[in-house]
Amino acid sequence: MKGYKKYYLTKIGWYLVTLLVALVLNFILPRMMPGNPVDAIAQSAIAPGMEQTAVEKVLADYRAKFGLDKPLYVQFFNFVFNALRGDFGISLSNYPRPISDLLKACVGWTIALQLPAIIVGWILGNVLGAVAAYIKGVFDKVILPLFMFLGNFPAFGMATVLLYIFAVYLKIAPTGGGYGYDLLPSFSWTFFKSLLAHYQLPFWSMVLITIGGQAIGMRSMSIYELNADYVKYSRFLGIKDRKIVGYVFRNAMLPQITGLAMSLGTMIGGNIVAETIFNYPGIGSTMLKAIGNRDYPLISASTLVITIMVLIANLAVEILYGLIDPRIKAAQQDT
Amino acid sequence: MKNTINQAFHSPKFVFGFVIFAIMLCLAILVPAFSKADPLAMQAAACYRPGTYFSIADAIEAKKYNLKMDIKSHRFDKTLTQEDKDSMVEWLVKFGNVEESEIPADAEEFVVFWINNYKDIKIKGLTNAKKQYYRKLTAKLSAMLKTSDIVIAGEDPDTGELIEENKIEFNSFTNVNDVTVRKTFLLGTDNFGRDEFIELCHAVGTSLKMGLLAGTIATIIGLILGLLSGYLGGIVDDIIVFITNLFTVIPSFVLIILISFSVDQSARGVLLVGIIIGATSWTWTTRSVRSQVISLRNRDHVNMSKLSGHSLIRIVFEDILPYIASYVVMAFILQISSAILAEAQLSMLGLGPATTKVATLGLMMNWAMSAQTPLAGQWWAFLPVIVSIALVAFSLNLMNTGLDQVFNPQLRD
Repeated sequence: MKGYKKYYLTKIGWYLVTLLVALVLNFILPRMMPGNPVDAIAQSAIAPGMEQTAVEKVLADYRAKFGLDKPLYVQFFNFVFNALRGDFGISLSNYPRPISDLLKACVGWTIALQLPAIIVGWILGNVLGAVAAYIKGVFDKVILPLFMFLGNFPAFGMATVLLYIFAVYLKIAPTGGGYGYDLLPSFSWTFFKSLLAHYQLPFWSMVLITIGGQAIGMRSMSIYELNADYVKYSRFLGIKDRKIVGYVFRNAMLPQITGLAMSLGTMIGGNIVAETIFNYPGIGSTMLKAIGNRDYPLISASTLVITIMVLIANLAVEILYGLIDPRIKAAQQDT
Repeated sequence: MKNTINQAFHSPKFVFGFVIFAIMLCLAILVPAFSKADPLAMQAAACYRPGTYFSIADAIEAKKYNLKMDIKSHRFDKTLTQEDKDSMVEWLVKFGNVEESEIPADAEEFVVFWINNYKDIKIKGLTNAKKQYYRKLTAKLSAMLKTSDIVIAGEDPDTGELIEENKIEFNSFTNVNDVTVRKTFLLGTDNFGRDEFIELCHAVGTSLKMGLLAGTIATIIGLILGLLSGYLGGIVDDIIVFITNLFTVIPSFVLIILISFSVDQSARGVLLVGIIIGATSWTWTTRSVRSQVISLRNRDHVNMSKLSGHSLIRIVFEDILPYIASYVVMAFILQISSAILAEAQLSMLGLGPATTKVATLGLMMNWAMSAQTPLAGQWWAFLPVIVSIALVAFSLNLMNTGLDQVFNPQLRD
């Protein structure tokens, strides 16, 4: 276990650097663009017949409020320190609620929805891919292509289709929200049931679109491994098929884990848009409202939180990969 | 090259994907070419279901035909749902003092029986909504029982007197082709009253163009970075790999949102959205080009070129590019499909092209969702758009998989 220390420290160090770059981008991108968002916000506070000096005063007031009167590097350090303390300022559209408060209320929903959905989708996809490669037949010719097609639906598209079929047409699922509109969050059975009912459609729409992409990757890798020399050699040696298949799929899984890490950002982004279809009280709906209200600080904070979520998820996958991949294990034990 | 294309068309996956893509492309090119009218012209007042609409005034004037057909029972069969029937029977048994066996099975007799037995009386145990429902149903049914002629009257402009202009017999028909003023909406109209089918064809075209632009930008950036990094190696390679890794982990979704939101809204057209998406999604191409170039860098023919004193540009174009072209094409195909998806997602959040002049697939979805068409059951406003997005992405991915099998024989079945 000791050998892993260096491996993990480099990984964590690298992710900290990435986080810093993400912070810089989050800070600098909006400021690089022509047109100052704070001025745009201040415009709304300016009455049509206002005097020039008064207008200037309002603008200066707003700039001071958002710290725009200070030099850029001071602004950046303020931004980073505040962000690290979880202080993102005050929301414009939900004045005077602090942004951290708004985000705290919705991040949990998003994680509780997406983490299980991505894991279940990934597992089902890998199982389907492996079965399609090994058993072939109907799995390879019908079920896999079907899920490949479904996998090309955008997450919000699948969400809309499921919403229409199950909530509007068949009327067996609620049309949106995180729980019944007539309930208050509590630890009661009714609330839990309502929670579960509202969970189904968003969850399954995310799972359904994840399966196809994972399955096709797993199928390719499994076929590649099944044709490898070590499989033929093992067959010559008379090792049982079952044992060989176990090795094959374990080896085929490894690139799948890397693949998951690579596509996490796209997946989470797509799923966040899908949340808005169901008005799910997650970060997607918060962001949609923020964009509609041009609530600039809230958007900036939401994107930062999404980035941090993706970074943590990636780090988790890489740590897991280090534990599973025998090559890394061997490399670490040598040193 | 010719051989490669030939091989690709022997892969069933590629051919299937190509056919779907060609159909979508044909629709996107041919429909706008034949219908010169503005695709975003508002032709209807609201979101109307698909079908053929004809002028009622014209239908009255059109040639009349007599068909031997039992109109009444036909009407009842078509309009009286099982749900209605069940609740009528329920009323009769509960409040009408009727035995269930007395109720006739034939639709017309059943309606007559209902009208004779139903009384709009005060009954305990029925909600107001339910009472209202029975009242409306009865009015509807008794209107359907009528067999008298319908008189069309015009108003005298001076006296306000009604003058009979036309009389339509109870059992007269007209051929739909005899009604001259007609309009067919293949996919209905959207919530702005635009012809959904025409609009969709235009939107597929616009989205494909945007995807092409984004894909080209991403491929050019990725190709240049990948070549530099792979061929030069050393510190350049380290820097480019570092940047590529950074942007693989930082989701491009977030970058696109940040940039799109910061850009002045009036400037955010389809073109700019394409450029933004392209400029943030080059990492895949860079990675695959780099790894290919590294394996090519020390091959004999490249060394030969180097020894012959060929310039860097010549070596890249003659000795390296032909070998990695297949990977670049495959990445390019994927870039197009992911750019179309990215635009759609961006538009769903209200950050898509800020325009009302053209439709993209994402904007159409955004319009359909902001009008809450799924909750209103207006499937034609959103389903065709979603299926179009999925079909374009599916066909491009199939072509990509097909090419992959051609270039990597180990993946073949």
